[in-house]
Amino acid sequence: MDHNFQKDIAGCGLTGLISKKRERVSGSIIAKSLTLMNDRGNGLGAGYAAYGIYPDFADFYAFHIMYDVQSARFSVEEYIKEHFHVEKVEEIPTTPVKEIAINPLLVRYFISPSKGSITGDGNGEDFVVNAIMKINSEIDGAYVFSSGKNMGAFKGVGNPSVIAEFFRLDEYEGHIWTGHTRFPTNTPGWWGGAHPFTLLDWSIVHNGEISSYGINKRYLEMFGYKLALLTDTEVVAYLFDLLIRRHGLDVATACTILAAPFWKDIEDLDADEKEAITALRQTYSSALLNGPFSLLFGHQNGLVGINDRIKLRPLVAATKDDMVYMASEESAIRAICPAPDTVWAPRAGEPVIVELEN
Amino acid sequence: MFKSQAPPEYRATIDTDKCIRCKRCIQNCGWSVYDWGGDRVQIETSKCVRCLRCYHYCPTEAIEILKEETRFKENGYWSYNHIRNIKRQAETGGIPLTGMGCDREGTILFDHLMLDACQVTNPSIDPLREPMELKTFLGKKPSKLEFTKGKDGKRKLATKMPPNLELAAPIIFSPMSYGSISLNAQKVLARTAKECGILMNTGEGGLHEDLKPYTSNIIVQVASGRFGVNPEYLNAGVAVEIKIGQGAKPGIGGHLPGEKIPLEVAKARMIPVGTDALSPAPQHDIYSIEDLRQLIYAIKETTNYKPVSVKIATVHNVAAIASGIVRAGADIVYLDGFRGGTGAAPGIIRDHLGIPIEHALAAVDDRLRQEGIRNEASIVAAGGIRSAADAAKAIALGADCVAIGTAALMTMGCTLCGKCYTGNCSWGITTQRPELTVRLDPEVYAVRLSNLIRAWVHELMEVLGALGVNAIESLRGSRERLRGVGLDAQTLDMLGVKPAGR
Ligand code: SF4
Ligand code: SF4
Repeated sequence: MDHNFQKDIAGCGLTGLISKKRERVSGSIIAKSLTLMNDRGNGLGAGYAAYGIYPDFADFYAFHIMYDVQSARFSVEEYIKEHFHVEKVEEIPTTPVKEIAINPLLVRYFISPSKGSITGDGNGEDFVVNAIMKINSEIDGAYVFSSGKNMGAFKGVGNPSVIAEFFRLDEYEGHIWTGHTRFPTNTPGWWGGAHPFTLLDWSIVHNGEISSYGINKRYLEMFGYKLALLTDTEVVAYLFDLLIRRHGLDVATACTILAAPFWKDIEDLDADEKEAITALRQTYSSALLNGPFSLLFGHQNGLVGINDRIKLRPLVAATKDDMVYMASEESAIRAICPAPDTVWAPRAGEPVIVELEN
Repeated sequence: MFKSQAPPEYRATIDTDKCIRCKRCIQNCGWSVYDWGGDRVQIETSKCVRCLRCYHYCPTEAIEILKEETRFKENGYWSYNHIRNIKRQAETGGIPLTGMGCDREGTILFDHLMLDACQVTNPSIDPLREPMELKTFLGKKPSKLEFTKGKDGKRKLATKMPPNLELAAPIIFSPMSYGSISLNAQKVLARTAKECGILMNTGEGGLHEDLKPYTSNIIVQVASGRFGVNPEYLNAGVAVEIKIGQGAKPGIGGHLPGEKIPLEVAKARMIPVGTDALSPAPQHDIYSIEDLRQLIYAIKETTNYKPVSVKIATVHNVAAIASGIVRAGADIVYLDGFRGGTGAAPGIIRDHLGIPIEHALAAVDDRLRQEGIRNEASIVAAGGIRSAADAAKAIALGADCVAIGTAALMTMGCTLCGKCYTGNCSWGITTQRPELTVRLDPEVYAVRLSNLIRAWVHELMEVLGALGVNAIESLRGSRERLRGVGLDAQTLDMLGVKPAGR
């Protein structure tokens, strides 16, 4: 058993928005919001996730892969061609910016598992997850940083505005956006270390430190997850994957597990809820995220914001018409939505769950 | 008279100037060290076991119990105990007995493990201001849950939850039978368990009538002697424990001499008064793992599926054994390390068989995780838990809760003299002599034991707060929060703990 994991410590700022009516919004909007919180990061990492940006390829998994070395690309493409149908391959369009001296090779692939390859859950998701794990853990210098359908992550070492300009974010339009700026205290700038972290359609941006990391990691390992990135946030992404995709729980229940109510409050609930949450806390005790965090969790059908159970990191939410905004600071919301209808600070452990309308 | 070549270990002394001739020492000593000599107390120091009862009850502080200075010549290889045991064996031809846990020095891993704390990047939490949760459930957990949605859109649990034991804190009392300890000592445990929301365990001695009001905080034990076992007994508590082995004496049975079987003990054990109560080494209906499975399920059938715990001594192959126990259907695996206490055990067994709880716990937790069955059973770690710090470290290594025996007895007066097997315990704990047991007032001593539990609860909360977490489950199995100091690479690897500085 490999016990020799290292922990990544980081402070951060985050922001997100969602149009419930699926109105698509330019990436320049979220970049403006995030850039306002420049001082919550230290220029060592920023990133964005967007949903609804690849409508023409909505049926294909969009793999965003970064390569540190050219040879890794050969290995990965050989692997992909063997197991997937490849609809399209292209380098992710970027603009040279002076703050970024060197960057990894960034390539995206629109792919679907080739027939006959699929084992596991039948709909191919397990197969795709295994492929991602394999590339990330076995092919040196290659890293899949985004893999969902009709969504994508864009991230790297730099300030929010630099990363947005580099990835030409203003050329994308999406109905859900999240953004993150990072203040790592130990790791050298590695492009893969920036947020969001994604797995299939899930994307996480996260501010905080998971003090329960050790047990969360060991719990996930029991289910076959390989934690390659040595960060807290990876744990969060995989927990959502386990709870929602593999265990079939709904988003609200997953949130109840990750930021569980206190026993003293569970006492006061009605019989059904009391029974449900008691069972959740017994069964999923190792999935409780303990320690300071606020995070935004994007998925195909919506956006969720949640705090730790005693709210040790900030999170503010606001609405305007069909739009919902969530960010570390109210100012980051007002920068792009000067006159919101409502603004509130979600309570500790109480998720803000926003779903897209059909 | 032939004087034993095994010299006395202690020298009981009375300052005759201070002594007021109250004779309390004579009354208090369970080992008859003192006698009245007409004008002064006479002392037969070779009988003294240094239990310190007389010392505490002497009103003028006249008594001092010293280490006997006349000793064999020091030898770096032949220790005092080696020589002394040979002398005793030469005289008796017997096996030297011991009580309490192994007292030999040696690497104590708990003392080489340091817990983490928060600084800057994550805040610590003040347990005096914020809720700090220690609530613990022992028993099988499903690997996942299913829900249905009601018409009102609310979730409703669809999975049937296996029965679990709820503890207010991750501490229980280890099994100590009526017979090995006095009924009053058991009452102290039972009252405290109820008061503190935790559990006591009958041990293999049946259930005395007087404990019936406390059964919602009692685990009943079934061991190789099957003393006091019938369907009513099995159903009396909240769970049943099958005892395979005990850390202090793995692989051997028990022998409670007839002198310790007065009427009350005999009744609870369902055996005749004054007969020796022999617990065979193995359970004669368990010669393999499949037999254990049958017994587990026989008990479950009898009790309408109460949780079943299986207690084993931590021996070399403990991980594989524990895995087998879990697969055989146990809800709880109770691991008793080699430092665990006993009422009586041959010294050779107590001091040389089995492995430390720290190693065993790490190995078992790892194995159950590798096999994907960690949720199938809870792990109780016992055998030498001396403090809340040991408890916290055991939990970080992977235990769901710890069990304490010796520490609990200390609150009743025990000074770890290690002579429990004589049945003379001056503190009224490991004795059935009525004039001794009457000293142990359950009401008074339950307050002291409850104080201890409360103190450890506060200490555990402080540790959690420093770690920046507010629920015990975030420490459980979180070995990332431990670092080893002065341990070799192999030990660290085995424990799954990084060296300090990394
Ligand atoms: S055995 Fe205990 S009570 Fe008796 S003399 Fe020694 S210390 Fe005192
Ligand atoms: S229980 Fe009594 S006899 Fe046993 S070690 Fe403690 S004081 Fe000594």
